[in-house]
Amino acid sequence: MALLEIDGVSKSFGGVAANVDISFAVTEGEILGLIGPNGAGKTSLFNAIAGEVTPDAGEIRLDGAPISGLGPVACAERGIARTFQVVRSFDSMTVLENVMVGAFSRAGHAPVAMRAAQETLEFCGLANRAGRFAWQLSPPEKRRLEVARALATQPKLLLLDEMLTGLTPTEAQEGVQLVRAVRDRGITVIMVEHVMEIVLPLVSRAVVLNLGRVLTIGAPAEIVKNPDVIRAYLGDRYAAA
Amino acid sequence: MTLETILQVAAGGLLMGLIYALVAAGLSLIFGLMDVVNFAHGELMMLAMYAVFVIWDASGLDPMLQLPLVAALLFGTGMVIYRGLIARALSVQFNRGMVQIFVTFGLAIFIRGAAQFVWGGDFKSVNATWLAGRSWNFGGVYLPLPQLAASVVCLAAFAGLLLISRTEFGKALEATREDRDAVALIGIDRDRIFALGWGLGAGAVGIAGVMLAGFYYVGPNVGVSFALIAYVTVALGGFGSMLGALVAGLLIGEVEAFTAAVLEPSLKQIGVFAVYLGVLMFRPRGLFGKL
Amino acid sequence: MDNFITRRRRHELMVAGGLLVVAIVVPLFIRDVTALNVIILSLLFAGLSQAWNILGGYCGQISLGHALYFGMGSYVSTLLYVHGAIPPSIGMFAGAAVGGLAALLVGWPCFRLSGHYYAIATVVVGEIGYLLFLNWDYVGGATGVYIPIAKPSLLNLQFGKDKLPYLYVVLAFCAATWLAAWLIEGSRWGYAWRAVKDDMVAARSLGVNIFSSKMAAAAISGAFTGLGGAIYGLYVGYIDPDSVMAGHFSILIALPAVLGGVGTLWGPILGAALLIPMKELSSSYLGGSGRGVDLMLYGAMIVVVALAQPQGVVSLFRRRAHGPA
Repeated sequence: MALLEIDGVSKSFGGVAANVDISFAVTEGEILGLIGPNGAGKTSLFNAIAGEVTPDAGEIRLDGAPISGLGPVACAERGIARTFQVVRSFDSMTVLENVMVGAFSRAGHAPVAMRAAQETLEFCGLANRAGRFAWQLSPPEKRRLEVARALATQPKLLLLDEMLTGLTPTEAQEGVQLVRAVRDRGITVIMVEHVMEIVLPLVSRAVVLNLGRVLTIGAPAEIVKNPDVIRAYLGDRYAAA
Repeated sequence: MTLETILQVAAGGLLMGLIYALVAAGLSLIFGLMDVVNFAHGELMMLAMYAVFVIWDASGLDPMLQLPLVAALLFGTGMVIYRGLIARALSVQFNRGMVQIFVTFGLAIFIRGAAQFVWGGDFKSVNATWLAGRSWNFGGVYLPLPQLAASVVCLAAFAGLLLISRTEFGKALEATREDRDAVALIGIDRDRIFALGWGLGAGAVGIAGVMLAGFYYVGPNVGVSFALIAYVTVALGGFGSMLGALVAGLLIGEVEAFTAAVLEPSLKQIGVFAVYLGVLMFRPRGLFGKL
Repeated sequence: MDNFITRRRRHELMVAGGLLVVAIVVPLFIRDVTALNVIILSLLFAGLSQAWNILGGYCGQISLGHALYFGMGSYVSTLLYVHGAIPPSIGMFAGAAVGGLAALLVGWPCFRLSGHYYAIATVVVGEIGYLLFLNWDYVGGATGVYIPIAKPSLLNLQFGKDKLPYLYVVLAFCAATWLAAWLIEGSRWGYAWRAVKDDMVAARSLGVNIFSSKMAAAAISGAFTGLGGAIYGLYVGYIDPDSVMAGHFSILIALPAVLGGVGTLWGPILGAALLIPMKELSSSYLGGSGRGVDLMLYGAMIVVVALAQPQGVVSLFRRRAHGPA
């Protein structure tokens, strides 16, 4: 069953087309990869799903109801949570308090929010950091904090923006385990990654964007064999190197 | 209102507007460079005016001749303030925005107190200058020479600032503004650029102060109302935009002049503030602001 | 559930209770009028700055126009008394309501502005209020309004020459603002507001409505500021635009919180306890000569504290209050 439907979405910024007629559907319970070289339009599409950007044309539906143009707050209320490419933490607050901000979107009272936040921290392996200030965390811990904060809103769909980029292999492996555990809780995940080999082992399907359009959609095994992907993606990378 | 009165009011607004523009340009330059709003800007102008008064009182040297000297004095003052206070305020770990507001604010109070300590609370004025009391008559529109000279000098100083932005130093300023961290890599000393930026900003407001001293009283609080207008000018033009400061300065000069003429002089600032808030409703970053 | 947050909050409440008892008992033994006056003003500005802190510290909206709400509060309660014979003990709540309403009216356009644009817009709005009151004859214009002397009573909030009852009224005000801040810190609002201050984009991705958060903070902040203004007017017995609406009042309201520690419970109180006595004493001992030494001291202290303790004087005590579980 499709949880999220992207239907003919286009967006341009100052005359430059970031997304052109993009359509695909995300199945409930899957981990979907959204990949593509730099400038492929991943961030723009990601922001459109999160409600930060209103598409010029087309529609985005969650559970069959249109959400495009409603704004980030309404999207969060309907069950879309996200992390950020450049980590955004609430630095004047402790780790537990950061996660409580997310928990308050479902909880009316502080004790309820606090309990939910503590559970989420334990799930994300940050319980022993609860009393630290967010700015005191290491970079991989900050990424986890963002995931915890997003999970505390009890989302149906979690959007992860380059969550594994820049981590050491060990840290990335821990991140992968966390994403699988999130999926096992029944939360659908969309992962934006620039580097293909990080994300392909993890996802059930991947959408490859190039120059603002969908290049192909398929299982990881099909993606790596697709000659268009190899040309656009690897070609671009070798040219850049 | 007759056409003649309208022209007279418009001319008055233009002359004042050019001074506002120069005061605002110094503020905007500093802000554009390092995101610092100098809440002691009006006090720098006040210092320049007192400097003119002291030199004139002691030697009789005409304000026009003092211009380079006092401008240089203010340039140095600006650099000292940067090195002594602002560099420290920029290096704090937390609450940087608030620290810089209140450091410059505390400095403003300190300078005001110091002026009162040294020169007392009463108004001083520089009179018997070459230009005092003289005016030109352009077809019935009177242009008092001190004001006219002030606006010409301010315009020239403004042009000077624009010229500086074309030089190597100006390019370094621009580069520092665009990417603070990258400039260190290409061998530009950011701290030096910032200090020079403060020197230029203070120098600009110093020039405005010298010219203003030719026709305006000097007192410890003279900077307050000018600074308020300058903040409004900068926000109206857009923080960091020189062109914005010029356009907004002229606009504010005219609005002020016409509100005073049509309504009442005591309400002239209300007109300015209303226009400012009105513009900000449609352009939250001012007329030319990108920041 | 017992963890470091609940423990910290309980601890804060106990400290506040202890301080309140001290503040009730100690003045009973003070006869010196100057000292009582300094205590009254310190408590008043601790409360006002706490009110500012709710918007400026917790929600991160640096308002430099709070004199407007302060002045509105004192004018409304005074004019209700003078023209409507409504006793100040009731009128001051009307002042609070108008202060809160004014903050909403100012916030509605200004909260679309960010950073310095917001700060300067609040300066301008405050200045407009000042100029309007200065030119408005019904409210006394530049001459101001005297509060008629009435029979000393709690209803009239007038106590003749006796300063102690005033002190307790101001203490109640200060305690109320502290309690409001304490309640906010532990509530959904407090979390949302601090999130808005730290990172608006992240906050709204978690379902926090930025605009209504700022408006709610402004309403509470403005209302308490208006209440403080009403109390101040009664205390000094005379108000005019220069004494209750001038721009420097906005700074004086913000300063204790900034020097003590923005966005903290104790910052405004600590800041006021340092700033107000120093300011009052230096202006009465040094300011009389008109030589500006008091201003130099005042300015230098702001600069030094802001540079030496950028998180406020409260950070000297912070390790204990905020340590990990």
